[in-house]
Amino acid sequence: MGGTLIRAVDNVTLTIVEGEFVALLGASGSGKSSLLNLIAGLDSPTSGTVLSCDKDLSRLSRRELAAYRRSTVGMVFQSFNLIPRMTVLENVELPLRFAEVDRRKRLDLATSALTRVGLMGRLGHRPVELSGGEQQRVAIARALVGEPKILLADEPTGNLDSRTGKEVMDLIRDLNRSAQMTVVLVTHEQQIAESYAARMISLADGKVVSDLTNAKAATFGGDA
Amino acid sequence: MKLFDSVELAGRNLREAALRNSLTTLGIAVGVASLVAMLSLGVGLQRMATRHLKSSGLFDTVVVTSRRDLRAFNREQEINGPSAVESPDLDEAARHKIASIAGVVEAYPELRFVTELRFGDKAHLTMVSGMAFSSKDSDSFEGMQGRFFSSEEAHEVMIQKTFAAELLGRSLPRAPEELNVSDVAGPLLGKELVIRYAERTASSNAADSASYSVTQRELPLTIVGVIDLDPDSMRGSMRARVFLAQKLLESLRPMQAFDTRDATRATSADPTYSSLIARVAGASKVAPVEAAIKKLGFNTFSILDASKSMQRFFKILDMFLFIFGSLALTVASIGIVNTLVMAVLERRREIGIMKAIGASDEDVRGLFFAEAGAMGLLGGSLGVAFGWAIGKIIGIGTNIYLRNQGFPPEDFWAVTWWLVLFALGIAFLISLLSGLYPASRAAKLDPVQALRYE
Repeated sequence: MGGTLIRAVDNVTLTIVEGEFVALLGASGSGKSSLLNLIAGLDSPTSGTVLSCDKDLSRLSRRELAAYRRSTVGMVFQSFNLIPRMTVLENVELPLRFAEVDRRKRLDLATSALTRVGLMGRLGHRPVELSGGEQQRVAIARALVGEPKILLADEPTGNLDSRTGKEVMDLIRDLNRSAQMTVVLVTHEQQIAESYAARMISLADGKVVSDLTNAKAATFGGDA
Repeated sequence: MKLFDSVELAGRNLREAALRNSLTTLGIAVGVASLVAMLSLGVGLQRMATRHLKSSGLFDTVVVTSRRDLRAFNREQEINGPSAVESPDLDEAARHKIASIAGVVEAYPELRFVTELRFGDKAHLTMVSGMAFSSKDSDSFEGMQGRFFSSEEAHEVMIQKTFAAELLGRSLPRAPEELNVSDVAGPLLGKELVIRYAERTASSNAADSASYSVTQRELPLTIVGVIDLDPDSMRGSMRARVFLAQKLLESLRPMQAFDTRDATRATSADPTYSSLIARVAGASKVAPVEAAIKKLGFNTFSILDASKSMQRFFKILDMFLFIFGSLALTVASIGIVNTLVMAVLERRREIGIMKAIGASDEDVRGLFFAEAGAMGLLGGSLGVAFGWAIGKIIGIGTNIYLRNQGFPPEDFWAVTWWLVLFALGIAFLISLLSGLYPASRAAKLDPVQALRYE
């Protein structure tokens, strides 16, 4: 407020390897979502650099950042963030419209993504007609329809019951394993991080307080 | 994002807030209707004036007079031309010179005189005039009953409807427009009308080359046509109600009122003309032909002089009508700004989502522009239809009023294709301009802030 400067992410240096499944842990306000937004190219650092796929995001223009978000990252949010007046299929194909993909190809890719998340029977439904778990699966389909290199998930199970949350996390883990997609998961639930992430980075007050390899998830694939 | 996708998404967005967007579109429609109504009135009035001028038959006509008559058509000609005594006579030689000017179809003398005509056993007095055979195709003969002259020297006559009524002994209505040609033509077509005239013949006395003799003659003619032409219009043969084929009339060598002046010249017994009519090949040729005739030392007059000031008047009228018509459209454009700013506020989170999944600023801007443009085009189309309907209704109402006041109906409302395109274009353009601010505001939204918005 006023002239007070809040450092949401402060002096963080970390490297995430391609194909890694990383969990960002921390309490509310610890800076984990801000760090995710920096990786997503939705926000820019006031100082320092964010290097992603050989691109310095802090130096990209707004147009280049939009292109980066279209082609390199897919995002999943806690509150799903689907557009309520669009059908499931239209929500999933929306990023492809921005990428100027032909209509026919767009439909093929969106249908294929929805098949992958098990929602083929729900193409014509509106988000409000779906359960929370189904909505999140639509959001995952939308995130992966552009075949991104990085999947950024911000508290994807936050609005789901534990059983549905596990289904969603299993799906994300499958994508990480089958497509070698790098996953950065923001969660405040230690148990989810331990079950699925191969690496757990804890933040507090915008700083990294621990960066641990999770041998259990790395070895057993998080059989929670 | 491709244009088609922007338009498709825009259409979907507009349908979501159907009532609000319909009201905004209706506002544009009212604005465009007002603009179309105003401009179509301007265009219609201009067309009406042009139509009246055209029916005068003067749009392709240059009237030529000699400066020797001391009656210049305007002061400029009086000052710039040669003195009256040095200027040439308007005679047969001058006629041939004028006829050979590029763009002149024909040149013929204006023959016009008051004389007595006999129909049955009753005599009538009126103005007789020659009518060029080439005027057969002119639109001055709308509503004619019967036919035009069968040949250039046929012993036939065409009469004006009021003279026809006079021949039949009928009383004239208060307004000549109320007299129908068809009511008076039937009993007269094919009947004989005898014209009395004074033939001028050159003197046989070689020693007195400037003198001539005058002999009274009569010629029976067949009435072949009855016309609607207003005898008081600006047409060359003003006030004439009886028309003979020009060549026939020339061959009769009728004495003209101004012939007495010829007697004061000591050059020849050949007649000079009071005025010549040069018919040109289209209105665009009038100005160069006029200039060429002036170079020969004659005075000229054409409808161009009158129509230039008329065009200037209509340009100013159109401008004012456009300004008044645009006021409603300006108010409607504020409605678009309001609607779209509301839409940006309401769809803030949606804009954030779109940006998070890859929409660029241009995509978001394009989407709001497409919404503004769609409202503009739809409102514009409705507005054109409303404007046309308003024009029709007012036109019908006004014509009922005119008829009740004893005036003929007038078509003074014209929705032309260019007016339709112009109205649609201006509605589209104003809508896009109105969308500038909301679209730019939407494009500049910070996605992180927008995603936090509930």
